[in-house]
Amino acid sequence: MLFIKMKKTKTNRIKKALSGAHAAAEAMRQINPDVVAVYPITPQTPIAMKFSEFVNDGLVNTEMIRVESEHSAMSACIGSAASGARTMTATSANGLALMTEIVYIASSLRLPIVMNLVNRALSGPINIHGDHSDAMLVRDSGWIMLASVNAQDVYENTIMAVRISEHKDIMLPVMVLQDGFITSHSVETLFTLDDKSVKNFVGEYKPKHNLLNTENPITIGPLDLFDYYFEHKRQQAEAMEKSKYIIKKIFNEFSKLSGRKYDYFEGYKTNDADFIILTMNSSVGTAMEVADSFREKGFKTGVLSVRVFRPFMNEEVVKKLRNAKVVAVLDRAIAYGSHGGVLFNDVRSAFYEQQKKPKILNYIYGLGGRELSVDMVLKVFEDMIKLSKGKEIKQIQYLGVRD
Amino acid sequence: MVDLKSFGNKEMKLAPGHRLCPGCAAPIISKLVLLAASDYDVVVGTATGCLEVSTTIYPYTAWKVPWIHNAFENVAATISGVETAYRVLKKKGKINKNIKFIAIGGDGGTYDIGLQSLSGALERGHNFLYICYDNEGYMNTGIQRSSATPIGASTTTDPAGTVRPGKLEFRKDLTAIVAAHHIPYVAQASIHNLNDFLTKVKIAIETEGPSFINVLSPCVLGWGYDSSQTIELAKLAVETCFWPLYEVKNDNWILNYDPGDKKKPVIEFMKSQKRFKHLFKPENEWVLKRAQEEVDKRWEWLKRMCEK
Repeated sequence: MLFIKMKKTKTNRIKKALSGAHAAAEAMRQINPDVVAVYPITPQTPIAMKFSEFVNDGLVNTEMIRVESEHSAMSACIGSAASGARTMTATSANGLALMTEIVYIASSLRLPIVMNLVNRALSGPINIHGDHSDAMLVRDSGWIMLASVNAQDVYENTIMAVRISEHKDIMLPVMVLQDGFITSHSVETLFTLDDKSVKNFVGEYKPKHNLLNTENPITIGPLDLFDYYFEHKRQQAEAMEKSKYIIKKIFNEFSKLSGRKYDYFEGYKTNDADFIILTMNSSVGTAMEVADSFREKGFKTGVLSVRVFRPFMNEEVVKKLRNAKVVAVLDRAIAYGSHGGVLFNDVRSAFYEQQKKPKILNYIYGLGGRELSVDMVLKVFEDMIKLSKGKEIKQIQYLGVRD
Repeated sequence: MVDLKSFGNKEMKLAPGHRLCPGCAAPIISKLVLLAASDYDVVVGTATGCLEVSTTIYPYTAWKVPWIHNAFENVAATISGVETAYRVLKKKGKINKNIKFIAIGGDGGTYDIGLQSLSGALERGHNFLYICYDNEGYMNTGIQRSSATPIGASTTTDPAGTVRPGKLEFRKDLTAIVAAHHIPYVAQASIHNLNDFLTKVKIAIETEGPSFINVLSPCVLGWGYDSSQTIELAKLAVETCFWPLYEVKNDNWILNYDPGDKKKPVIEFMKSQKRFKHLFKPENEWVLKRAQEEVDKRWEWLKRMCEK
């Protein structure tokens, strides 16, 4: 409940107890997409299973394609979205890796597909639990990526993702991230909107071009060589750039229904904080608890949560962190051979031109579902405090791993 | 049988100006398929391959029908998505016409890397026609071996060498694999027999549920022959029973052509092609013998399947 602050709105909000996976499925039920093509994989499966119940019990008008692999799931999504149907899917880890070829094609074809990604460690060794290695695999794929602290975020991000992806100036697919098991399988209290409000918010999908328009035949996915490919990729990058401003507008519009505030980076007691942990997905909750315990001891501690991971908003992260003395970035994936994790590199790079900047530390944590304990986060804040007092602290460290 | 004359005044839905080789069978196959389906609105999906790269070089397209390309191994899954979207949008009243769906892939995208995607789409029962233009190798990327490459053929990944005379394995029988899905309509066809081919496409396109037609697609460059001989080679493949013409209608196997006593030896099909040239040296005679034995074995098997 930590992050569920709501203002009063005219909308009916319904209190429910749902897991993150079922929160995604519930959002999908209310969105009522035309087509869902999905293949089971742990820990995404409860989304596919719950939504299949909705389909087979006639609670949605969706046609489901029970494909034979994730590769075919994304391939079918492309066929469907290109035909003008509102299209959704979900996956995890190895499933995402298998479909990665097509994940790139989806964004290059500018198709507004929404996919729930239940984050799980990539093999090998094989592991079914949560980390962010799968999300990092596709961070450069041209998808907008929204992270979720809890089931409430999963539910709301999924609904907002539809509007973001289908916006005429964006037309990019969107991924909604949630931590495998920790979020996907834990039942939490959340507040949903009534069906009608969601239906009105997402509206009807009316694409400009449509493969099924046989009177005006179009060719989708032609061979694109050195004479045009580059321009098309640049257009894709510019759409991502434009999305930065449109995402915020859609956030604000949705706020009016939900009574919650959404931002690229959401601060918890960061306004006056000297020591800030920046992290993504479920670890935000743990970090907030520990930040509070340091506040009680008189330290100005806070947590900055990433909601919009891609596009990464440099100026926004700078705005939120520039007054801190030390920032610790928590990465739940190793970027092998890089100087620290992906988020660490993003944040550090954002500060390069800044005169006033905090010291930035990086912690790799939680791989393969390893718990991020309160003690580990305590150590992170202690390190930050020590560093501010002139003590030397190693810039990049692992949390909770045996030597 | 279709009335061939009735096609005389139909518009060709694959425009000239594409960049496929002279003598290539792929555009012949594509045009004939679109012609046979011309009573319907169609949407075509194409796997990565010769046909795709040569007909849609941005900003040009040779396709006068809606067309989609996604990747190499997933045209069946892609068309699954298109066909499903169509069904939903029709149910919702957003579309009110009848559209037919055609997926086209080469042997690489169908027999090999796309087999899973094809099998999945067939099992799910989507209403579409899959056309495989089988040129017996990865011709688009420079004539590499596929599972459709016949025994003895020299390809760039299994060339005729001093210790290994090209491919030594028999080709995969994809048509029979597809028939094992018990879909309503499966056929093998050849471009030298227009009536047979067009009739099969018409039956397939009018069939509810998945249908599949495998068409041998002689390749001037990959097989090594004079570009005037494309139709002749397709004919010889059938007359030697290397590529029998048959159909499987609701699990009934029907032989469409039986040369009987006039069945030609398979070397009649092989001898004019450069990819088999090395087999005509005395030390490689055994390969030709094995090729003939396998053709005979499969032909006898097919005849048994087609016996009432």
